[in-house]
Amino acid sequence: MARRLHPRLTQAFAKTLLWALTGLTLLILIFIIVNISIKGLPQVTLSFLSQDPTDMGRHGGIFSTIVSTVYITLLAIALASPLGVGTAIYLTEYTREGWATRIIRFGAECLAGVPSIILGLFGFVLFVMKLGFGWSILSGGLTLAIMILPIIIRTAEEAIKAVPQDYRQVCYSLGMSQWQTITRIVLPSALPGITTGIMLSVGRSLGETAVLLFTAGAALRAPTSLFDSGRTMAVHFYILAREGISMPNAYGTAAILMVSILLINLAAYSLMQRLLRRYS
Amino acid sequence: MDKGKFVERVFFLLALSSISSLVIITIFIFEEGLPLILHTGLKDFIFSTHWAPTKGYFGIGAMIVSSILVTLGAMVLGVPLGLACAIVLAEFSSERLRRLLKPTLELLAGIPSVVYGFLGVIWLVPLIRDHLGGPGLSLLAAAVILGIMILPTVISISIDALTAVPDVYRDGSIALGATEWQTVRRVVLPAASSGIITAIILGMGRAVGETMAVIMVAGNALKIPSSILDPVRTLTSNIALELGYAAGRHREALFATGIVLFIIIMILNFSATIITRRR
Repeated sequence: MARRLHPRLTQAFAKTLLWALTGLTLLILIFIIVNISIKGLPQVTLSFLSQDPTDMGRHGGIFSTIVSTVYITLLAIALASPLGVGTAIYLTEYTREGWATRIIRFGAECLAGVPSIILGLFGFVLFVMKLGFGWSILSGGLTLAIMILPIIIRTAEEAIKAVPQDYRQVCYSLGMSQWQTITRIVLPSALPGITTGIMLSVGRSLGETAVLLFTAGAALRAPTSLFDSGRTMAVHFYILAREGISMPNAYGTAAILMVSILLINLAAYSLMQRLLRRYS
Repeated sequence: MDKGKFVERVFFLLALSSISSLVIITIFIFEEGLPLILHTGLKDFIFSTHWAPTKGYFGIGAMIVSSILVTLGAMVLGVPLGLACAIVLAEFSSERLRRLLKPTLELLAGIPSVVYGFLGVIWLVPLIRDHLGGPGLSLLAAAVILGIMILPTVISISIDALTAVPDVYRDGSIALGATEWQTVRRVVLPAASSGIITAIILGMGRAVGETMAVIMVAGNALKIPSSILDPVRTLTSNIALELGYAAGRHREALFATGIVLFIIIMILNFSATIITRRR
């Protein structure tokens, strides 16, 4: 009969294995970041950023794709922020937990789980076809707004909940109305957290491809109106890489995308940490 | 109506935005895709593996099988790796290390899926082709890339589940003479099991729904794979590959593919919500 291993020995074995797997995960992350940065960042020059792509992206820079990305992202944020923050205010300030909050939370959770290709299908049929917006900044921005709505709701709710209850009680004791309390005290105190949600949404938007390929299209010219098609950086990178148009330009675009997303996420994270620390 | 009541109504309407978006999405996807399923017959649509949309054959059986296999493969890699990270961070690492490592690992979530796909094509696909054989673009490549992509989901939800286990459980177990590892395995993990299952289910949802990375590394061939080195086409890639030029019945068939995907995702989300709520 095999002897049972000593518990301490099993523990040493288990711990070593778990730490090794954690190390492996970190190595994968480091590999991704270092690989893209080393191959990509040298491509990124001022002219790469400021020139339009020529010859399908084989030459030139990525300026027009930056313009499209900024327009679509701004539109999505402008649409989703009031909806998301409004939802968070309703959930935290106006109701007790009940069937209404449960339905609203359930909706936000499910929406967060809807894969981007489904959102792409939806945006394509509703905005591009039925409403006749075509492949455009408008269709892309509207669909993207739906995608980021759950992120904004979740972070805004967390931020508003972190504002101490005492603040509100002081407001009421001074005779302020609920509206005044929310706009003058609660929202300003929660602002860093709300900003965090918006920054995370910008990060998501920058990297999104499946949604935009079918709603904003892939036109390389910089858009001049809401109804123009526009190719975002992520879509541009996908086309460059998949069709093997230009590896250096693909790496350059990927590096800019990745570095900006990581920096935005990092800033968002530290902002939220600071907010949580202040109120706990 | 006084002003306070009016403001409350406005916020209530804003709060309905997410659930109404969900309802509208559902309606539109079904409206576009359902006619084709009814026309082809649900059985033929789901079980037939003959997909030749220009000739009127709409069977997505092979893609359903591929999606399931790719997802299972991703879980085989992603769950042990993710769970290991979560256990180390929540149970074995110092407070300072955790505060450094947790956000670092969460950075993985920010890397766009096209970047994962790109690196898969550049590094992983040649590696598989040269050392294991086959075309390289394969079920295995897709599973590995997806396994990495679901890590942030699995890690962050599992960590939350583990840290939610009260410390008295650990203290009690240690006081009885158990080692740290015995405590984790016999006390903490069972106590956190519902949260960990939720993490795994949500990771599955991410894997099933991922599109761009899969298109780039899976090879997109239209048949049921006979080995993990065969190229496969998933439900998501089928939609994304053909939506650009599909028209008429063909386009309806892509929306019908979307319905199947949507139902799979909703079942996963529902189960995650139910398990979380039971806790």
